[in-house]
Amino acid sequence: MNYFKLVFGFVILLSLNKVIAQEKPKSFGEIHGNFEATTQYYIDDTIIGAPPVPEKVLMNGFLNLIYTKDKFEAGVRYESYQNALLGFSPDYKGNGIPFRYAKYSGDNLEITVGSFYEQFGNGQILRFYEARSLGFDNVLDGVRVKYNLKGLHLTGLIGEQRWYFSKGPGIVRGLNGDWDINETFETLEKSKTRLSIGGSVVSKYQEDDNQNLTLPENVMSYGGRFSLYRSGFSLKGEYTYKYNDPTSDNGYIYKPGQAFFLSGAYSQKGFGITVSAKTIDNMFYRSDRDNSSIFNDLMINYIPALTKQHTYNLMGTLYPYATQPRGEVAYQADLIYTFKRKSVVGGKYGTTLQANYSFANNIDTTHLNDENTTRLGYETKLFSLGEQKYYSDFNVEISKKINKKIKAKLTYQNLFYNIDVIQGKPGESDIIANVIVADVLYKFNSKNAIRTELQGLFTEQDQGDWSTIVIEYTNSPHWFVAIQDQFNHGNKNVDKRIHYFYSSVGYIKGANRITLNYGKQRAGIFCVGGVCRTVPASNGVNLSITSSF
Amino acid sequence: MKKLILSILVLGLGFNLMAQERSLAAVKVQNLDYSEFNTGDIENDGKPIIISFWATWCSPCKRELNAINEEYVDWQEETGLKLIAVSIDDSRNADKVKPYVDGQSWDYEVYLDVNGDFKRAMNVNNVPHTFLLDGNKKIVWQHNSYSPGDEDELYELVKKLANGESID
Repeated sequence: MNYFKLVFGFVILLSLNKVIAQEKPKSFGEIHGNFEATTQYYIDDTIIGAPPVPEKVLMNGFLNLIYTKDKFEAGVRYESYQNALLGFSPDYKGNGIPFRYAKYSGDNLEITVGSFYEQFGNGQILRFYEARSLGFDNVLDGVRVKYNLKGLHLTGLIGEQRWYFSKGPGIVRGLNGDWDINETFETLEKSKTRLSIGGSVVSKYQEDDNQNLTLPENVMSYGGRFSLYRSGFSLKGEYTYKYNDPTSDNGYIYKPGQAFFLSGAYSQKGFGITVSAKTIDNMFYRSDRDNSSIFNDLMINYIPALTKQHTYNLMGTLYPYATQPRGEVAYQADLIYTFKRKSVVGGKYGTTLQANYSFANNIDTTHLNDENTTRLGYETKLFSLGEQKYYSDFNVEISKKINKKIKAKLTYQNLFYNIDVIQGKPGESDIIANVIVADVLYKFNSKNAIRTELQGLFTEQDQGDWSTIVIEYTNSPHWFVAIQDQFNHGNKNVDKRIHYFYSSVGYIKGANRITLNYGKQRAGIFCVGGVCRTVPASNGVNLSITSSF
Repeated sequence: MKKLILSILVLGLGFNLMAQERSLAAVKVQNLDYSEFNTGDIENDGKPIIISFWATWCSPCKRELNAINEEYVDWQEETGLKLIAVSIDDSRNADKVKPYVDGQSWDYEVYLDVNGDFKRAMNVNNVPHTFLLDGNKKIVWQHNSYSPGDEDELYELVKKLANGESID
């Protein structure tokens, strides 16, 4: 392993030396990369419930470098955790190069050796990806071959998944084919209707070392998909079946898993609508059956929440939904409409309305009480709606440019949140909350602007009412200053009616950015895509540098 | 320790090369009708190109692209500019991208980068991230984040490129 790294580094150095020695660097390829480092100094604060940090200072950082020359590409990522920031898995410890690859891309053939990210279909059967800000990375280390044959796109891969600075115990193998029918038949190439179909087979191998049960060492999943598009209309569907996969996530039952996703959309200038449905049952799929980490370690598939991804903090991080891979049925409808300029509602500049509704329930199951016999656990059917509601969210947003200087946005949300299931807090009552946010941007001139957010969350349950004020001043193109106060004024426990004051100042130059933050952050859940991470409360000073070159 | 020294060396040499010309990465992304598109085929007949990485959940990204959209027709007429908006929304939101783009009446060329392959190849840390390409499709300028008014600075650079001046 170390040998590989050294040789690899050496090859890069060699090519770089050549580049520097020559007058025309272009013919020797290009090198570029990006860098990020976040350092936090923690201040003890028992009132907000910040856990003690014995190190006082923690740091996460990484550097990506990519070298390209014609059809050849190679890259590395160096990562450093001294130790990992609060909220990240403590298994991130020390330094290493967990990501390095070499790739050849011909006209129709592509070969990758080393680390690579990949997604089959919508990801519900296989997705290797990274969400650096959440500390998530399930990259595969192995070999991948892709081949294109006039509309037929084929992928084969094999490897082991990253597990922090080592590898998971299983081997993952996968084959995928997507057939773009319009690309294959010349007569259809200009057709208004586009049709594509595809299928995948994925399998994992892990040795059976269980004393009590006989476990399947190879667990296969397969699935198919289609997408249809015609002048503004689109329809997409994907189905996945997973053979019996006893894991610590499902209590080592032998029941197979299933997932089905369907989505339709229509849009034209000024109007768009999306309607989606999904049902999943027993779809945890990891390359280590004994790992049920809350950090989503070694996940092979990806099933995101079918809900709106909110950005305002009282909507986004207090009560966000996370998919329940054990089983759920979910629906969502999303609408956008722009009232034309100079119409009654549109006014001088037009007005945009967005509305979204989503809900998720459990699946209806019948328990079998077969722990000592077949161990199937329960019976269910796809789309069989259970009685337990997990989540619902109705929200509507109106955005409008009022004049040359002012833009305003008003958002309302009605939320139902089953905190018992979603956050694993048994016995706590369901939360019903109403949230309202006013967001106003005032542009003084071409360089200076102030944006304010006033947010209020109203609920009888959990921690009660919250309000947030954000004031952000920007001086284009280099500076920004922001202050924020979150106040839990409705907490039934008077001692917990705390102000979380937070301030930031940042400097941006080109693709480099440096940000300094100071203040208190409440405990919350941060989600990107389908992955959420719980961040404990903290108080302190935080310095973050990002750069791309 | 070996790793650390190696990384520092590589980093140091990397910075030496920063002044060098940089090309657009050729990566497979999707059109809004879900057919495949190779970013190496991005073309604007020798005129400037803006590539903007964004997402439906990113407010500053939408502010930037909506602000530019108000001026876009004029900018195109004056400079022949083309703006390419690359959505990094994953499968959670990818199906909402086209309805959003149409709903806001954007006239941009839009692609889906659902697993971040293009984002990674272009070394984008976070969105919004904007690149400016000259007539030879070389990256001549890039910018991370958005503040109101940034679009004016960007357009000054586009005009320079369209007039054949260099950007320093």
